[in-house]
Order: sequence, then C-alpha cells, then structure tokens
Amino acid sequence: MDLTLKIWRQKDSKSSGKFVIYPLKNISPNCSFLEMLDILNEELIGRNEDPVVFDHDCREGICGMCSLYINGRPHGPDDAVTACQLHMRKFKDGDTIVIEPWRARPFPVIKDLMVDRSAFDKIIQEGGYISVNTGGAAEANNILVGKENSELSMDAAACIGCGACVAACKNASAMLFVSAKISQFALLPQGQIEAKQRVKKMVKKMDELGFGNCTNTYACEAECPKLISRSNIARMNREFMCAKVI
Amino acid sequence: MNSSFLQFSSITKKIWMAFLGLFLMIFLVVHLGINLCLLRDDGGAWFTAAAHFMGTNYIVKVFEIVLFAGFILHILLGIILQVQNWMARPVRYMVSNKTYTPFLSKYMIYTGGIVLIFLITHFMNFYFIKLGWISNPNITPEGEPDFYIIAQQLFAMPLYSILYIVLFIVLGFHLNQAFQAAWQTLGVNHPQYNTCIQRFGTFYAIVVPLGFIIIPIYFLLIR
Repeated sequence: MDLTLKIWRQKDSKSSGKFVIYPLKNISPNCSFLEMLDILNEELIGRNEDPVVFDHDCREGICGMCSLYINGRPHGPDDAVTACQLHMRKFKDGDTIVIEPWRARPFPVIKDLMVDRSAFDKIIQEGGYISVNTGGAAEANNILVGKENSELSMDAAACIGCGACVAACKNASAMLFVSAKISQFALLPQGQIEAKQRVKKMVKKMDELGFGNCTNTYACEAECPKLISRSNIARMNREFMCAKVI
Repeated sequence: MNSSFLQFSSITKKIWMAFLGLFLMIFLVVHLGINLCLLRDDGGAWFTAAAHFMGTNYIVKVFEIVLFAGFILHILLGIILQVQNWMARPVRYMVSNKTYTPFLSKYMIYTGGIVLIFLITHFMNFYFIKLGWISNPNITPEGEPDFYIIAQQLFAMPLYSILYIVLFIVLGFHLNQAFQAAWQTLGVNHPQYNTCIQRFGTFYAIVVPLGFIIIPIYFLLIR
C-alpha cells in the first residue's frame, strides 16, 4: 500500500505545532498501525530527521498508552480496538491518513502525538481505590458478591484509561472514564465504605482539571476500545446524587 | 439535605438541567391543551376562557413564576455548560469527529438557541402583553388582552406560520434527544426501561410539536 500521512508535529508543549506530510510506500496491509509508524520513523531516522513521537507500550491493546486520533476517530476506523490493534487493511491503497494527538485542555501535548494524560492519575488519586490495611488474606467467600454485580464491576474495571472517551467527546468530557472507575467499586460491597467520598472527590477533581460536561451524545461509548457502557455514567450520577443528598 | 447540594459541580448542573427540562416538557402539554382550543369553531370562547383562567387564577400565577424561573435557569445552565465545554478543547481537531452519535445530539445548544429565539418572539407576542409590558389594541369586553384575535392575526401571516412550524420541528428534534438524555442524567439507565424511555421520548417529540403545528395549518388552509 502507498499512503500519504499527514501528521501533527510539535516540538514541545510550548511550541505551536503544524501538520507535516509524509509519503510512505510499500506498506503491508497486515502491518499494524503502530508498525506502520515505526517504518516511517526508521525512514526519518535514516534521513537524520526527528522521528514522530507517539505513545505506545504493550501493543496488545491492554495498556491504554495508544493515543492517536486517526482520520477523525480516536484509535482509527475500527471498532473496539486501540490503535496498536488497528491494521492497515482497514485503509485503502492511496489513502491520506490524518493523525492528530488527543485534543483536550487537561491533555496537553508533550511532543508530536504524545499527550500528558496524568490528569487521569490525579482523578484516581482522589479516590479510585479501596483503602485496605495490610494483613492476612481474608477468606474470599466471607463477602458474597452477586454474579450480575461482579460481571458489571469487571466490565467497568476493563477501562484501560486510554482517554479515547475524552478524545471522542465533543466536549472533552471524562465522565465515561470517571464513571467506570467509580462503578467498579460501587458495585462491590468492599467499595461501599468509601463510596460517598469517592464519587464526590473524583467528580470534584474532574471538574477542577477542566474536562467538559457530558451532553449525552454517547460518542465516548462508541469509541471506547473496551466497550465501557454509558450505564456507568448513569450509575455515577446516582451515586453522586445519593452522596450529596443523603 | 446537605447544603453542599447547592455547590454546582458538573453533575449537579446537569441534574438541574434534566429536572427543569422534564418540568418544561410537562408544561408544554398544558400549553398545547390550551392552544388546541383555538381549533374549536366557537369564536374563541374556550380559548379566551382558558386564557382568562391562566391569567387570573392565583395558583397558576404562582406556578407561572416557577415556570419562568425554570425557563431562565434551564437556559442559563445550558449556556454555562456549553461555554465550559468549548473551553475544555481550546485546540480543535483538523478532521471533524466521525464517531456515530444519535441524530442532532451534538447540536442541542443550537436547537435550544433556535427555540430560545422563538420563545422571545412568543413572549413579545403574548406573555409581555399579558403582563402589560407591551400594549395591544385587541381587548376583550372584560378589558383583558384578546389573545384569540391576536393569535388569529399572527397565524393569518404566512411567514409567521411557516416560521412557527419550522421552529416546532426544531423543538421536536431538541425534545427527542432531551427526554432520554434527561433520564440518563438522572441515573435512570436500565435495559428494562431504556427502550420504553426512548420510544416515549420520540412519541412525545413527534406528537406534541405536531399538535402545535396543526394550529397554523388550520388557520392558513382551512379557516
């Protein structure tokens, strides 16, 4: 496949960036999207040019490091996959591919396509955990958990925190991410003790960091590589109302 | 109630938006009921009686203040949320988003803005006359503004009627998204109820605006 790449290049967080066009030839359709970028970078290094910086780690779709906005969609034109699991067969020979970084005020660009997503870590630090004193491991069957709740909790816990929800949302809202992190505990008995302060503090931090407000377009759910459901947002709203009113 | 409920977080603002939106949807049905009186061939007797009741009943007068406050708060919150949303993405994408989203769900602020323009003209044509802020020569024998004559005169103008019809179609799109979004915001999302909420919202968004649209069509084409 012969492709034309239009990639956002930005020297650092303070510089203003621009799109640079790179023609790329003889790309295998079986190549992954990140491998295609690796090939481009090899060419750039061979020409003594600065390689394109992009986030990646496991390349198995489980770490959440990919953060590429490809042709108007986070993680590109495939459904329920991260960019590392996207293959070039999803594109046609001669295509122009526009690659942009996630765009959101709380996700500043570090360099090229790499963005700072530590805003998500700050939200988690506010209560996305269960405080447990260390000690002997308790008998697992001491606290019974219903099958349905355990499944829903695991579904919510599948969130890899990649930020595609923020990138897809027209408002750069992080509510799908925050709701998943709240739901995974709200559905379990162990999560109940800190439930009220968790939802209040995490939502407060989310607002402070400058994420937008959800307007129920559900673009987040449509682009989530882990298929996190918007029902988590409804659950978070319920949790928040209960925490504030009761 | 914990006093911190009044501290407006993003979710609190959205919950208020949802409550007020549903409240306004109930009011719209009452308004439609009164407007449909215009279709009776009784020289406006029913419509004038309904307008008189709405203008003089003390319970309605109290309700009117709540309603007006509801409108203002719903509009203000909508604007505040939208400005925050614009600020959350200072650098836009070069390629516009191609993610599938429900029809017009991305444009609620714009459909809401169009409805607001209509609302202002509607207030100038009716509500401000009722309040005595704008004078109108059409008076009933009891000395009240004759809204039946005023409505007749307005609907006799084809341009006004066409704009009225277009605006109610836009309102229909606004309501179709708003109804299910309100319940989602209020935490009501369950596989057992979602389809029902979606269908009722669509039913409401078609039937209620259609009820309003019938009136100018009746005045233009039949009467």
